[in-house]
Amino acid sequence: MNSKLTEVETAAPTIRKAGRQVNQNEGLIFEKSAPGKRGMELPPLDVPAIDPVEALGAGNSRDSIEGFPEVSEIEVIRHFTRISTWNYAIDLGMYPLGSCTMKYNPRVNEHVARLDGLASEHPAQPAEVSQGCLRILYDLQKCLLEVTGMDAATLQPVAGAQGELTGLLMIRAYLQSQGNARKKVLIPDSAHGTNPASVVIAGYEVQNIKSNARGQIDTDHLREFATEDVAALMVTNPSTIGVFEERIAEIAAILHERGALLYMDGANMNALAGVTRPGDFGVDVMHLNLHKTFSTPHGGGGPGAGPVLAKKILEPFLPVPVVVEKNGRYALDGNRPQSVGRVRAYCGNFGVLLRALAYTLAYGPGIRQATEDAVLNANYIRKNLEESFDLPYNLPSMHEVVFSDARQKKQGVNTMDIAKRLIDYGFHPYTTAFPLIVPGAMMIEPTESESKEECDLFIDAMRSIAIEAETNPELVKTAPHSTRVGRLDEVAAARKPILRWKP
Amino acid sequence: MRYLPKSPSEREEMLESIGVDSVEELFQSIPEKFRLRKPLDLPGPLSEMEIIQYFQARAGENARGYTSFLGAGVYQHVRSVVADAIIQRGEFLTSYTPYQAEISQGTLTAIFEFQTLMCQLTGQEVANASMYDGSTALTEAVLMAERLTGKHRVLVARSVHPEYRQVLATYAKNVGLEVEEIGYTKSGQIDTEALSKAKLGEAAAIVVQSPNFFGVIEELPALAEAAHAAGALLVTTIAEAASLGIVRPPVEADIVAMEGQSFGIPPSYGGPYVGVIATREKFVRQMPGRLAGQTTDGAGRRGFVLTLATREQHIRREKATSNICTNEALYALAATIHLCLIGKEGLRELALQNLAKARFAAAELTKIPGVRRVFSGRVFNEFVLEFPRSVKLINAALLREKIIGPLPLGLHYPELTKRGLVCVTETMPRAEIERLASATKRILETPL
Amino acid sequence: MYPADYRYTKDHEWIKVEGSVGTIGITDYAQSELGDVVFAELPKVGVTMKAGESFGTIESVKAVSEIFTPVSGEITEINSKLVDTPEIINKDPHGSAWLVKIRLSDPKELSALMDAAAYETYIAAQAKEH
Repeated sequence: MNSKLTEVETAAPTIRKAGRQVNQNEGLIFEKSAPGKRGMELPPLDVPAIDPVEALGAGNSRDSIEGFPEVSEIEVIRHFTRISTWNYAIDLGMYPLGSCTMKYNPRVNEHVARLDGLASEHPAQPAEVSQGCLRILYDLQKCLLEVTGMDAATLQPVAGAQGELTGLLMIRAYLQSQGNARKKVLIPDSAHGTNPASVVIAGYEVQNIKSNARGQIDTDHLREFATEDVAALMVTNPSTIGVFEERIAEIAAILHERGALLYMDGANMNALAGVTRPGDFGVDVMHLNLHKTFSTPHGGGGPGAGPVLAKKILEPFLPVPVVVEKNGRYALDGNRPQSVGRVRAYCGNFGVLLRALAYTLAYGPGIRQATEDAVLNANYIRKNLEESFDLPYNLPSMHEVVFSDARQKKQGVNTMDIAKRLIDYGFHPYTTAFPLIVPGAMMIEPTESESKEECDLFIDAMRSIAIEAETNPELVKTAPHSTRVGRLDEVAAARKPILRWKP
Repeated sequence: MRYLPKSPSEREEMLESIGVDSVEELFQSIPEKFRLRKPLDLPGPLSEMEIIQYFQARAGENARGYTSFLGAGVYQHVRSVVADAIIQRGEFLTSYTPYQAEISQGTLTAIFEFQTLMCQLTGQEVANASMYDGSTALTEAVLMAERLTGKHRVLVARSVHPEYRQVLATYAKNVGLEVEEIGYTKSGQIDTEALSKAKLGEAAAIVVQSPNFFGVIEELPALAEAAHAAGALLVTTIAEAASLGIVRPPVEADIVAMEGQSFGIPPSYGGPYVGVIATREKFVRQMPGRLAGQTTDGAGRRGFVLTLATREQHIRREKATSNICTNEALYALAATIHLCLIGKEGLRELALQNLAKARFAAAELTKIPGVRRVFSGRVFNEFVLEFPRSVKLINAALLREKIIGPLPLGLHYPELTKRGLVCVTETMPRAEIERLASATKRILETPL
Repeated sequence: MYPADYRYTKDHEWIKVEGSVGTIGITDYAQSELGDVVFAELPKVGVTMKAGESFGTIESVKAVSEIFTPVSGEITEINSKLVDTPEIINKDPHGSAWLVKIRLSDPKELSALMDAAAYETYIAAQAKEH
């Protein structure tokens, strides 16, 4: 037990930030429904009405849907407004979630995405009346290529996981064109779960490689495992413990000399933008998460965008269509015989791509400042929590830091408990279950959007919880205490799933 | 910079606290040769006003003010500003995936409502929290059918949206899934005779779209029977979800993959949209994507959590049902709000208006000499017409009159040149339908 | 705690053999590591397995554990109680929460398994590592 707590650490905890959440009682919309109410009216029909049975044939039409909501506009507004108050959000405070990059979602991005002439456009309309949309895509491509130091881009994948799959398919197509698609992809044991899942869908086998004692890719292991059967290594850089892979050039060289490629998961690009470029340190293909580094809103779980950037050798294999420019005219080029095919209908999540461009234009070359502030915040938090929490890897942190619950575990308090107690201090928890190489992980990424004040409040909260873990562990283990609902019974939810409302 | 809440002196204080002299020191772990020495060559920085100007300019270079008769998987329907106002609330817009249930009950409640609505619409027993879109939802539904049956072949109607089939092909070829295409008959529906010769017993599923790409409604009960008799599943995809306001839902299908864009989501040049998978309860453990489930807390209060997560990538990793993580949650919310507003009667009324407008448009257009309906099957709000000359040429002339004409089918169906797909929804004023007809007539009267 | 007439594997399965039929389950150690069980995925009757092959999974809320057969043979019965009450795996892992019964094709394989004493030593060492 660590009894050498300093004066600061033993000071009485004060909860400065949070108050109780608003305690609106609100049921489901179906429970407010009553026949005859409606929330929207349609303009009257200006053509002859039609009998559905006559139009569709007997047996092809349906009656009104039983149990479908019948509510007024005001009830809809109140219902969703009330339940929205049960959510935490970036607009309220920090999400210290590691590798999620929960940064501010600029409102001008919402405004421009809704402009008439942009939100209204149909993806199949002729190119000659879509030059504005196509130019937005092309301009974004140019920016992303510059940020990453790559040669070719596709904006079609609509999530990081889909970007991973696309990149892997491009690797496969390239290797196939060289005569042998190979069989395996190497994945570090610290990788995000989408990486191995994507490998399997791409038709490859996963080969896990262990991290070394520094939480980095073990280059000796890599030499051993990078056989002729290996198509690629998927690396996250900085790694999921927030540390830059110091031997990245060597890693790239080992792969390249064996005819394999280096894929980079760009989830942690927030540590690199404007400071270094993956294309410069040996990456062949990568994806970006625009809903992370490029500020597009998470929206409770999406939409996202996962554009893929690649070196010239992979350009022929880009998904179709590719956005091209010639003499100031923009077009979608579908004539790509070596393309891996299409990964989504149309050209991707245009509305998300548009927001990412707005974000990039706001910063311009000054994007470096955002990266510097992100790394500054993470290191400031690290420095001020090192006395309270175990730091499994004592290496320079970039934009995120990973602690472990090793000290608090001795009192029976684990990372999940600490995370839940953090809620009582007005914060969203950090990432608890990941990376797998750190048992009891506490992955913290503040992003550049956090002020010194917010960082200080977070530090105070974490220090206070560390004290509580020593002096009053039960309080932490039964947290949160200030939310509308307490810890929910996930076991019952999984044993007997109730996945819809029934009348 | 307005998005960075630090003063220079605060940065100094923080550097001091860390114990370094400059922020450069925090990047020492990056090998020197890879550290950029000059700023990136990027446009900007732009003020808020300049950003708006840039995008206003782009908005003026598209089809603003044009009348469009395009459908083909993306539909212009009425939308309420209410949904848009709600999804812009920070608590919804800027919230994270609801892994921490206690502070995400807003999102989880809305997902539960979405899942319920999707079940009600499709007649299925369970639905997930969203997929990316219709094309990827269909692809995942097919992979799910493969897992459920252990068979590695599917029979897909050619009348399924061409881009949906392209996405399926991209995924299928890497996992050894054989895709055989089945043609259509003069009704526009899947060729059941060809189907019966296609060794159904070896197939995981029959895959159809209804209404299909030609706008025609497939006969699902018969297809389901044929599939089940052979030990296969019926997978149905729906691109025009508004049809479910009046068209009989696909209750006999085993898996439904739907595109929800018709429910209050703008066309937005291709996305974001919202896909959904709905299926039978017995298949739930093979479903991809997130699921919100009802439960209680220690004090017996009702709450919602993400559940059955062991299907997903963050737990099952390489054995997951899918690699999907981020989906389209905010647009599932938008669709949910839209459906609550339009309600039981409004949904039906809107569908009836679509039927009426399409019937009217078909009647007006087929009055033009040489213009004929191509398929005899029943339609919802889209139909195929044959023209006496290339649809592309007609459309070029229509474009000059600010009309975006029917989608030429020849690109995707080489046997269907001079055919165009016309879509008419409740948003199309009668006068514009008449204008399309008179302009088309005039264009066709003009020699080439 | 660990029945003397059972045999145990390094992956924490147990097997009790009566004649040519073995009953297989997971040990108390395994269920406590897993936490509250929510679901068990089992093979169909009639499936043949080789020793060491995975024959299903047991799920808790946040984890999935594969189960490996200690011996080769044909599955003759699966425990239908687990469909509605998977939680018995936590309550009675060595008794009513057996998973499958298997007809052994090679009884000699049993000699490679641990007895109760060896298993208890084994898990004591495992616990220390944690």
